[in-house]
Amino acid sequence: MRKLLTRRSLITSAALGAGSLLSGCDALSRSPAFQNILGSAEDANFLVQRALGDRMELASEYTIADLSPKFRANGTRDPGTSDYTASAAQGFADWQLRLTGLFARPQNFSLSALQSMPQRTQITRHDCVEGWSAIGQWTGAPLKLLLDLAQLQDKAKFLVFHCADKLGGRPYYESIDLLDAFHPQTIMAHRLNGEAIPIGNGAPLRLRVERQLGYKHAKYVTGIEAVATLDHIGSGKGGYWEDVANYEWYAGI
Amino acid sequence: MKMTETPKRKPLRHRLTTRLWHWINALCLLVLIMSGLTIFNAHPRLYWGEYGANGDYAWAAVGSSQTLGYVRIGETKIETTGFIGNWRDNDGKIQTWAFPGWATIPSYYSLAEGRRWHFFFAWIFSVGLGFFMIRSLFNRHVQRDLHITRAEWRPSHIWRDIKNHMRLRFHAPGAVSIYNILQKLSYIGVIFVLLPLMIFSGLAMSPAMDANWPWLTDLFGGRQSARSIHFIGMFLLVLFFIVHMLALLFAGPIKQTWEMIIGGEREGGSNA
Repeated sequence: MRKLLTRRSLITSAALGAGSLLSGCDALSRSPAFQNILGSAEDANFLVQRALGDRMELASEYTIADLSPKFRANGTRDPGTSDYTASAAQGFADWQLRLTGLFARPQNFSLSALQSMPQRTQITRHDCVEGWSAIGQWTGAPLKLLLDLAQLQDKAKFLVFHCADKLGGRPYYESIDLLDAFHPQTIMAHRLNGEAIPIGNGAPLRLRVERQLGYKHAKYVTGIEAVATLDHIGSGKGGYWEDVANYEWYAGI
Repeated sequence: MKMTETPKRKPLRHRLTTRLWHWINALCLLVLIMSGLTIFNAHPRLYWGEYGANGDYAWAAVGSSQTLGYVRIGETKIETTGFIGNWRDNDGKIQTWAFPGWATIPSYYSLAEGRRWHFFFAWIFSVGLGFFMIRSLFNRHVQRDLHITRAEWRPSHIWRDIKNHMRLRFHAPGAVSIYNILQKLSYIGVIFVLLPLMIFSGLAMSPAMDANWPWLTDLFGGRQSARSIHFIGMFLLVLFFIVHMLALLFAGPIKQTWEMIIGGEREGGSNA
């Protein structure tokens, strides 16, 4: 009997111990200071991953045979605003991509202007932060061509992508640095698997930034703003999910 | 305490680097597994090949609803209500995330926080493992304790060791620190195969690493295969842990654990 009690109390205290360990982890997890410590590993990921390649290394490209049967749509499936719906009704003929901010020649591009520029087509794997992947064929104008026309000022360090969709009442946006902006696979895509991008996947324009996770690939892009710092955009962390859910700004892993 | 007054210092059973690494590694693996389960909860489906999303066939998946939780492997469904896919949180509320709060870090669902824990401890784990491997070769821990002799490779010897294990007889009396063949095989397998496999299958899931080292993802047969292997590897590590604990239990848990802390004394043979 004594032994049984001992064992039971042992199990109870072990469970309590495990419980307090867990709530300890939760308390740590919620503390901003500890988040900063954990976050240092993300800085290491960024530095090491950038250092390992020649910085312009291409993401793997695939063949038509490798395509996902269906390219999954995630996040916003339809912006649903009256402006967007009206534009969609006429095949986005009036869609404008506005380049603003630290450009020597800020300018607008219509969808047809983007389509008449030299195009790049790439079959790449889209990796979601949640863990799933889909392979799709994307066609669009390399971002570099747009930047060459609009001419970045020296102060510009980041590009912010403004989008037509809102999630939970907040406008979606994303940002990348200039290394990714000038990467050959970074394109403003308007076609997926040979057809106009479906609304669920970001019609009519979607950023492809192939060496990063899916949430960086802004959909329904209406504008590109060149900025010196991300502090004044949204809540200052460089993207919708970064602001709302603490996702990393650098999404290489 | 009088034992320490012997003139010649006896060789330690576990060297300092082994002990340090053992405990750092134990902490890292605990955090990595639990935060890994948080990450898994974001998409509790596993695929083979390069791609895999909700519309594609998953070889393993967790099913959840307000009334039922189950794990499906291939075509076999196992009901796991109360444990996986449908469980009650501390407030008694039903949650439909795959793995329950007591098994994840943090105990609530936060993919961003789970990932931060995971990558932070992955760095410590990787650097620690690399350091331990190199150190163990140089201080001859591997050669002294894990080297398998030709005699030990004989099937009859392996069979005898298996039979001894089934009788719960693990060591020749007074030679606890001399590892038997099954022990050597499992330590070599875990330290030199399974743990590195976890690091590399983890890296193979990174889109930036895919650009830097495309061969790595190819080696695993695609990103989704790497994710499946990462998960299976985790499962094998949990299995290793259970066997490790059972062996500890039979070999004298208090003495064994204490020796892994203070070093212990190596009986018999001299320091190789």
